[in-house]
Amino acid sequence: MKKHFITAVAALALAAAGPVFAKVNPQADLKKFQDYFTKKFPKTPKHDFSNGVYSINPEARKEWQAIEEFPPYDPAIDRGKKLWTKPFANGKTLASCFKNGDKLESKAKPGLKQHYPYFDKVSGKVRTLEMDINQCLKDNGEKEMGYVKGAIADVMAYVAFHSRGKKVNVVVPNDPRALAIYEQGKQHFYAKRGQLNFSCADCHMYNGGMLLRADTTSPAFGSAANWPVYRMKWANVRTLHERYQGCNKLVRAQPFGHGSEEYNALEYFHTYMNNGLPITGPSSRK
Amino acid sequence: MRNALGKAAVAASLAIAVGGLVASPAVLAQDMSKGIQVAAAHGGMDKKEETPAQKGKKVADNRSTGNCAACHSFAGAQAPGNAGPPLVAMKARFPNKADLRAQIWDATAKNPKSLMPPFGKHLILTEEEVDQVTEWAYGL
Repeated sequence: MKKHFITAVAALALAAAGPVFAKVNPQADLKKFQDYFTKKFPKTPKHDFSNGVYSINPEARKEWQAIEEFPPYDPAIDRGKKLWTKPFANGKTLASCFKNGDKLESKAKPGLKQHYPYFDKVSGKVRTLEMDINQCLKDNGEKEMGYVKGAIADVMAYVAFHSRGKKVNVVVPNDPRALAIYEQGKQHFYAKRGQLNFSCADCHMYNGGMLLRADTTSPAFGSAANWPVYRMKWANVRTLHERYQGCNKLVRAQPFGHGSEEYNALEYFHTYMNNGLPITGPSSRK
Repeated sequence: MRNALGKAAVAASLAIAVGGLVASPAVLAQDMSKGIQVAAAHGGMDKKEETPAQKGKKVADNRSTGNCAACHSFAGAQAPGNAGPPLVAMKARFPNKADLRAQIWDATAKNPKSLMPPFGKHLILTEEEVDQVTEWAYGL
């Protein structure tokens, strides 16, 4: 009798405990995340965080402003415009697949990039702008682009440029599937990985703004609003997942694929944490 | 019959072995002079082997092994980072050298959130390299 009683109590306790993890609350996370950075860098105006290290390192800022007089990503924007507006074989254009796609350069300036990435209810997955561009090409019988550089980076540069100033506005709806992807991205950000045992947060949050040799680490608050990027090191414009790969490899961790669900989840979390910041892409960085 | 053969075989092999050990004086002299020539090519027979601390400095400076200056400043560091504390007064900070070694081997043992890579535990360095870096760091 006693044995059954104890087992029953234990079973009840387990059932009452519910899921092992605490309830996912993106809004609460967002406030904590942004407060951490605004407290750590109190002199930085909030909108300036989109400029990464240039918002916290005056020397680097001077160099950056000199470069911005002849922005190295300008040719990419021009090429991107041609790709966006050039008719397919069937007469449609890339612009036609997107809300306000034809109006990006109008006075209304609706922007587009600020809504990405988003949770798609139909597929139950997060979708990035790169995915939607390629889906549009596929749906119209055109050859898809890559995910990292070349044509896709040019189109991303064009769209980002005409979304400049728009505030990042990623939505995480109260849908368990969306919340699960958000949580997956959050875990990637905070988990230590690789032989060198670093998490994204280690360098870009807890020690954002510190010096690694002679380089200043960028704060994660702001580092999703400025893509795609012309990196001096790459000598061309590339997309965000290329940088995620670079960072994973840097800590000697196995990188994930461009356009992989893991990086989509990370981009979802990362960009959500940048909500409210102005888009500054395409941008130049070291 | 078998026994005798066996004993003979053992005796024969012993003779061969001992015979081989005792080199002729001529051969011995040749070996020694070659040895002297080899030593001369490396700067003389008095050249000292690198100390563990000297080896440790090389491990520390190499970007693919220690790369200590990425996060720590110390005497002679090139463009050091500041993520970690400066490496100074090490004997005072680590009176017990073994504690310093343990910190290099796995800093997360004391602080799970430490940024310092677990150089020994994650096989970034060999055990010998950890010893060498410890010797070098201890002298800072």
